[in-house]
Amino acid sequence: MRFLNLFRTTAFRLALVYLLLFAASAFALIAFIYWNTAGFMAAQTDETINAEILGLREQYTQQGLPGLRQVIIERSAGGGTGLYILANADFSRIAGNLSAWPDVPMGQGDWVYFTYDRTSPGETERRSARARHFELRGGFHLLVGRDVHERREIEDRIESALFWSAVITLGLGLIGGLVMSRNVTRRLDVINRTSRDIIEGDLARRVPLSGANDEFDELAENLNSMLDQIERLMSGMTEVADNIAHDLRTPLNRLRSRLEVTLMKPATEQEYREALEGAIGESDGLIATFNSLLLIARAETGEARENFEPLDLRAVLSDIADLYEPLAEAKRITLKVVALKPAEINGDRGLISQALANLIDNAIKYTPEEGAVIASLKLLDEEAVLEVRDTGPGIPQAERDHVLRRFVRLEASRNEPGSGLGLSLVAAVARLHDARIDLGDAKPGLIATLRFHLKD
Amino acid sequence: MLLESVASPSMRLLIVEDDRDAAAYLMKGLKESGHVVDHARDGVEGLALARAQGYDVAIVDRMLPRLDGLGLVQKMREEGNQVPVLFLSALGDIDDRVKGLKAGGDDYLPKPYAIVELLARLDALVRRRQPEQIQTKLAVGDLELDLLSRSAARGGQAIDLQPREFLLLEYLMRHAGQVVTRTMLLENVWDYHFDPQTNVIDVHISRLRAKIDKGFADQLLHTVRGAGYCLRAVS
Repeated sequence: MRFLNLFRTTAFRLALVYLLLFAASAFALIAFIYWNTAGFMAAQTDETINAEILGLREQYTQQGLPGLRQVIIERSAGGGTGLYILANADFSRIAGNLSAWPDVPMGQGDWVYFTYDRTSPGETERRSARARHFELRGGFHLLVGRDVHERREIEDRIESALFWSAVITLGLGLIGGLVMSRNVTRRLDVINRTSRDIIEGDLARRVPLSGANDEFDELAENLNSMLDQIERLMSGMTEVADNIAHDLRTPLNRLRSRLEVTLMKPATEQEYREALEGAIGESDGLIATFNSLLLIARAETGEARENFEPLDLRAVLSDIADLYEPLAEAKRITLKVVALKPAEINGDRGLISQALANLIDNAIKYTPEEGAVIASLKLLDEEAVLEVRDTGPGIPQAERDHVLRRFVRLEASRNEPGSGLGLSLVAAVARLHDARIDLGDAKPGLIATLRFHLKD
Repeated sequence: MLLESVASPSMRLLIVEDDRDAAAYLMKGLKESGHVVDHARDGVEGLALARAQGYDVAIVDRMLPRLDGLGLVQKMREEGNQVPVLFLSALGDIDDRVKGLKAGGDDYLPKPYAIVELLARLDALVRRRQPEQIQTKLAVGDLELDLLSRSAARGGQAIDLQPREFLLLEYLMRHAGQVVTRTMLLENVWDYHFDPQTNVIDVHISRLRAKIDKGFADQLLHTVRGAGYCLRAVS
C-alpha cells in the first residue's frame, strides 16, 4: 500500500520522468554508434567481396569456366577469409572452399547471409558468412563471399549489451527513484503530520529539523517561525479581548447602574435630566474607548499600509504642535518644537498625526503648570528620530514596556478622562510603520522616542 | 447659549435606513427639530422617493438591503439628482469615508453619532448648497474678514490673527448663524479625522474669542451647550 502510494508522489514521478528521458537518450546514443560502426563494417565487407567479384569476372570473360574454376581453386587454397563455391545447375559443388552450396534461397545478384561449417583439424565450427550469388551461362552458380563470423559476434555482443544496459538502467533508475522519493516523501510526511496535529489543536507543535540544513529544513524553519508569529498574535488577541472586556465593561456597568438607580425611586424632572445627561456622557466615553480600540486593531492588522504615502514628519509635527499650543499655553506650559530639517518617510498621515497628538496630549496632561514639553525631530543614521519630552512625573521603569503593549493602560490612569489608550495606539502606529518606540526617563519627566526609517 | 435658540430653517429630509428603531429615533429627533422627514427602508425605495420628491438633504445609510448606500447615491448622481447626501455608516474607516465621498456623498458621519452633530451638518449642507458668489469679504455684525488681504477687523479696529485662527474664523463666518460642532471644525479647519483626547478646539475658540469679543459689549462667538459653537450678531 505504501509502495503504491509512492508512485503517486511528485518526487517519484519526477524521478521516473527523468529516468525515462535519461534512458532514452543513452539508448539513442549507443544505437547511433552501433548503427554507424556496424554499417561501416558491413559496407567494408561488401566492398571487398565486390572487388573479388570484379577479379573473378575478368578471369571468366577471358578464360571461361575452366579459367574461373582454376582461379577459385587457387584462391581457396590461399587460406584467406574469402569463401568461394562454384556449382552445377543442381548446386552440386565443382570447386571452392565451401564443402556444399549453402541452404539459403537466393536469386541472381543477391546478397545473402548464411552459415557454413569450417573444418579445421580436430573440430568443426559453424560460422557466419556473407556472400553474393551469380548465375553463369550454362546454369552454373557462383557464390563469392567472406567469413564475417567475428563481425557478427561483435554485433551480437553490442546488441545484447544494449539490451542489458537498458534493462539495468531502467532497473537501477526505478530503485533510485523509489529511494529518492521515499526520502523526500518521508520529510514531507513529517511536515504534513505536524500540520495535521496543529490543525487538530496541538498549537505548540513545531516541525522538527533534520539538521541537513537543506531546503526542507528551511521550509520547516519558515513554517515554525510562521507558527510562532501566529501564536504570538493569538496570545495577543486573548490579552486584547480581556482588556477590551475590561475597558468596555467598566463604563457600561457605570452607565447601567446610574440608570437603574435613577429609576429606583421617583425623581424630579431635574434629576432625570441629570441622569440622562450623565448617561450620554458615559456613552460618549464608551464610544471614544471603542473608537480607540478599533483604531489600534486596525493599525495592528497592517491593512493601513495600503494608504501609505510620502510625508514630511516635520510638517505633521508642526501641525499637531499648532493644534496643541493653545492648550499648553492655557496651562502655562511651554510647548517647544525643535525641527531643523524636513524628514520624508512613508506613512499614514492620519495615524501618525493621531499618535503624535496622543503623545503631546499626554505630555501636556501630565506636566504640571509652568512645566515644559519639547517635541524634537532629528535625522540620525538614516532614521528620523522624533522625541516628545515633558517635565511630568514620567512612567516607572517597570511599567514602561507594559504601557506600550496592545490595549494596555496604566492601572492608575484608568479612572482619568479620555480613553487612556493613548500610548497603546502610539505603539501600534509605530509597529505599523516599522518604527522603534522607546520610553525613557527625562529626570524628571518622560521621553517618548519614535525612530522612523527615512524614505529611500 | 442653548441649542434651541439657534434657529435653523425647516428642511425636507429623506432618511434611507434599514434599522427600524434607529430610523424611528432619528425621525423623532429630526421632526422635533422642526424638519419634515420621509423614510425609506432600502436603497430601491430610497431611490424611488428621491426621484419623486424634492429634498433638501438625503441621509443615507452605507449598508442597505437591495441597493446599498454607495450604489444608491451613484445612481442618483448619474440621473442628475444633486440633492446633498450625508452618509451614515457603521463603517468608520478613513477608506470608507473616502469611498463615500467619491461615490457622490457630501458628508460622512460614522455611527454612533450625536443627533446635534447630525443636525449641524445637515444645516451646513443645505446652506452650502445655496449659490455662493465668490466673496472677497465676509461680515458678521461689525466683524469683518478680508479674504484677499487676509486681515480681520471689528468695529474698524484691526485684529491680529495667526494663520490658523484666520481659517477658524473664516469657517465660523461662512457658517454664521449655524451651529458648528467641534468635529466639524477639526475636520474642516485642521483636516483631522480623529478625536483628540482633550478638547483642544475649546482652547482655540476661547483664544479666538478673546481676540474678537474682548472689550465689545455684544458677544459674537457663542458656545452652544452640548453641541458646539455659533458665530452670530445680535439681531
